[in-house]
Amino acid sequence: MPGTLTLDSVSVLLVWTAIAIYALAFIAYAVDLARRGARAAEAQDARNRERELVSVNSAGASAPASVVVSANTDASTRLRDQERTAEAAFDARPSDRPRMIWARIGTSLTVLGFLFHVAGDVTRGIAAGRVPWSNMYEFALTGTMLIVAVYLASLIRYDLRFLGSFITGLVVLLLGGAALAFYVEITPLMDPLKSVWLVIHVFVASLATALFALGFGLSVLQLMQARRERKTTALTDAGTAVVSAKGTGPRFLKTLPGSDALESIAYRFAILGFIFWTFTLIAGSIWANDAWGRYWGFDTKEVWTFVIWVLYAGYIHARATRGWRGSRSAWLSIIGFTAVMFNFTIVNMFFKGLHAYSGLS
Amino acid sequence: MSRFRSDEEPREPAEGTLRPADHADSAVATDVNQPALGVGGWLRWGWRQLTSMRTALVLLLLLAIVAVPGSIVPQRSADPNGVTQYYADNPDLAPVLDNLQLFDVYSSIWFSAIYILLFISLIGCVIPRTRHHWKALRARPPRTPARLERLADFRSSIIELAPDASASAGAQAAGAEAAAASAIEVAADQLRRGGYRVERYESGGTLSVSAERGYVRETGNLVFHTALIGVLVAVGIGGGYTYTGQGVIIEGGTFVNTMLDYTSFNPGRFVDEDRLTPYSLTLDEFSVTYQPSGTQGAGQAGDFIAHLTTQRAGEEPAQGEVRVNHPLEMAGDRIYLMGNGYAPTITIRDAEGTIVFSESVPFLPQDDKLTSLGVVKVPDGLPEQLGLVGFFYPTQAPLTTGAFASAYPALVNPVMTLDVYAGDLGIDDGTPRSVYTLDTSDMTQLTGRAIDVESIELAPGESADLPDGYGTITFENEAPAAAEGYDESVKRFVSLSIHRDAAATWVLAFAVLAVLGLLAALFVPRRRLWVKATPDGRTLRLEYAGLARGEDPTIGPALDRFVERHAESLAPVLREQVTPSARSGAA
Repeated sequence: MPGTLTLDSVSVLLVWTAIAIYALAFIAYAVDLARRGARAAEAQDARNRERELVSVNSAGASAPASVVVSANTDASTRLRDQERTAEAAFDARPSDRPRMIWARIGTSLTVLGFLFHVAGDVTRGIAAGRVPWSNMYEFALTGTMLIVAVYLASLIRYDLRFLGSFITGLVVLLLGGAALAFYVEITPLMDPLKSVWLVIHVFVASLATALFALGFGLSVLQLMQARRERKTTALTDAGTAVVSAKGTGPRFLKTLPGSDALESIAYRFAILGFIFWTFTLIAGSIWANDAWGRYWGFDTKEVWTFVIWVLYAGYIHARATRGWRGSRSAWLSIIGFTAVMFNFTIVNMFFKGLHAYSGLS
Repeated sequence: MSRFRSDEEPREPAEGTLRPADHADSAVATDVNQPALGVGGWLRWGWRQLTSMRTALVLLLLLAIVAVPGSIVPQRSADPNGVTQYYADNPDLAPVLDNLQLFDVYSSIWFSAIYILLFISLIGCVIPRTRHHWKALRARPPRTPARLERLADFRSSIIELAPDASASAGAQAAGAEAAAASAIEVAADQLRRGGYRVERYESGGTLSVSAERGYVRETGNLVFHTALIGVLVAVGIGGGYTYTGQGVIIEGGTFVNTMLDYTSFNPGRFVDEDRLTPYSLTLDEFSVTYQPSGTQGAGQAGDFIAHLTTQRAGEEPAQGEVRVNHPLEMAGDRIYLMGNGYAPTITIRDAEGTIVFSESVPFLPQDDKLTSLGVVKVPDGLPEQLGLVGFFYPTQAPLTTGAFASAYPALVNPVMTLDVYAGDLGIDDGTPRSVYTLDTSDMTQLTGRAIDVESIELAPGESADLPDGYGTITFENEAPAAAEGYDESVKRFVSLSIHRDAAATWVLAFAVLAVLGLLAALFVPRRRLWVKATPDGRTLRLEYAGLARGEDPTIGPALDRFVERHAESLAPVLREQVTPSARSGAA
């Protein structure tokens, strides 16, 4: 019905507004990261100057070797100091967090975008007269909404705003891509989808995806941070007096918690996601037993759900296996989330199977 | 608990839970000088390798990898037609893949090998851990380490006891000792209420309480892994008692639960095909609604319902419904609606007008507008055997190519077109042939485009002459006499799938158990707390320490809270304790 404003076209409008706001939030968060980096560099310069002054004043006749030694201990102490400050800020209550104007702008925009996003999702659901996750477009709509929801909810407890650019960037890509490529007009529900399990199974699956997404972002940061720590330590051991920022990754890493702390929080998101994923698997089996006459049949989507479950089970195991803790296990979390994304996009579009509800032709 | 050497190594978490040697929380093995291994030694070595965390992890990752090909290559179990198609499309590659069991990935040797090894590894891990946990559950919390300050989570405080100038040094010491006893008493009480198992220790004038909680974490872990074994066993054993069969019922027709009426039947190893529960199903009506044309999703079918009359031997008939997502329970079987279509009723008479064939023939749907393909075989009664292949279009519409297709799945303009073949149907020697295909290799085509003779084209109620004077064919109109239009003019059929799954309930029960175990294993913190009270003259030194056993991100805050609450409840007790003499001295 061209020309008339249907509820669904209102929904589309709201979704595009949300995408635009998320894009702005992404920019604000990116500026925040850049400024964190600049601030960390300034702080280091200040400390360097201070130390040079001290060594000039006190040195006089003292041997240069001792200066190097003191610089070395200084460098590792500084690394630990940075970490401690960053971790304190990370765990701080919202009111005690460092005032970072661009991060605040980013978060405010994300909240605003989220409101439009929720409105777009709800209007789509009302227009369709059912839950708004019955085809690929709607699943992307609700799934990305849950990613933002989980992110905003965890901000109450942890200062995860350094993940803001990742989250908003991911959501802009997924939601924009879905709105462009997956959009379908509202059609009545197909018979197999008329089940209470549609509400439960699919919703829980998107919730698990949201948690895995956060775990993924944190694992990536963990790897970057571990690399920086390794290089910094190596430089210190090599006796380089001035620890240069070269080759240790982006400077904003200095304002982030240490790799251990990042790993621990990534793990917490991943195990929550794992629980929900397990539930998705079981709920899906119960539904399959009603709809298809068997609870498990190695349908392509079932296979991938199983593969993802096993990968995250492997991640949890790796965290308890000596030699696999740390960076190795982080790779498993990254591979796991890659499989989740693969399952949602490539498997839905190109693999033949019983989960043929994308609504795309 | 004898292995706990409190004064040397407070962090030796291997004890308490017997974990594989390479568990992150286990002590690092240091024996470098290994003796030469005998056969037993190698076996033990191999077993230890198999049950190690690293092997389990590698097997898990391998399992994830080997599961993937089954989603890329069509599987015989899930998509047999896809396999046939694959053979047609890749005649050279397909046999190679078949040799590698890539069409049966999930029952292949390599896939089975990995999951069986994984489960052996799992069993080898679970059994000793269960035994060990059983002991740990009945053991006392370990002796308090001598130097609590070496633990990562450590708090201490010094309490000044009420100054009492008049009391002797000895009396003051006695007061401090009493205060220490109270502090430990209060702490033990507080810990017990917090769900800890508590044990008190005393060494050299220092009183302490040692406490541990969260045993259910390990219990959950063991339950989770055992439940996974349970799932596998249930699937393995239950599969033997499971059967799946397909049957077709045309409206008005009846299906009897015996081998005769199944079009296909896949029994498990222990299923006795002659002893299926006797019951019958009659299809009274099949109803379906279609999205009207001109709306979004026009022609989309929904609300499929097969209305059945069911009857078990020796019982009254009952009414039942089979819908998508709502199978019908029948004597322990579950009956599913798998498909539906039209079954035109066709009557064929010979040249004298004698009926030689009269049946409703299920035509298999080829698309979602129900363009359907069917085969009619007339083995007897005519000079030659006749085979007819044709399409049924519920709403016939011409394509640009001149061929027909159905434009809408309901009966708006139903038309059947048939091509006639005469010759040998190839069924006389008893060779089983599908009723849905016609082998025309020994037959001559009499009508159809290929030989430029017009096909037979019929609407319900119409008749036509067969070629070469064989007789006539009639497409019967099944609608009631007074009916208008073509609604109900053609009967429908449903294909049903009948399943008995003995394992499903067990699998679900184990799966639920696994989730419960997982929740406990991942979210219940297992930790030890120690409180130590050392009297020192007029002061009392209190030390608190916590030790996380496994992931425990909240142990720090939990310890802080404990210290705070302990101080709060200890203060009034200590005030009470101030001796009467001290009070009188103050007055």
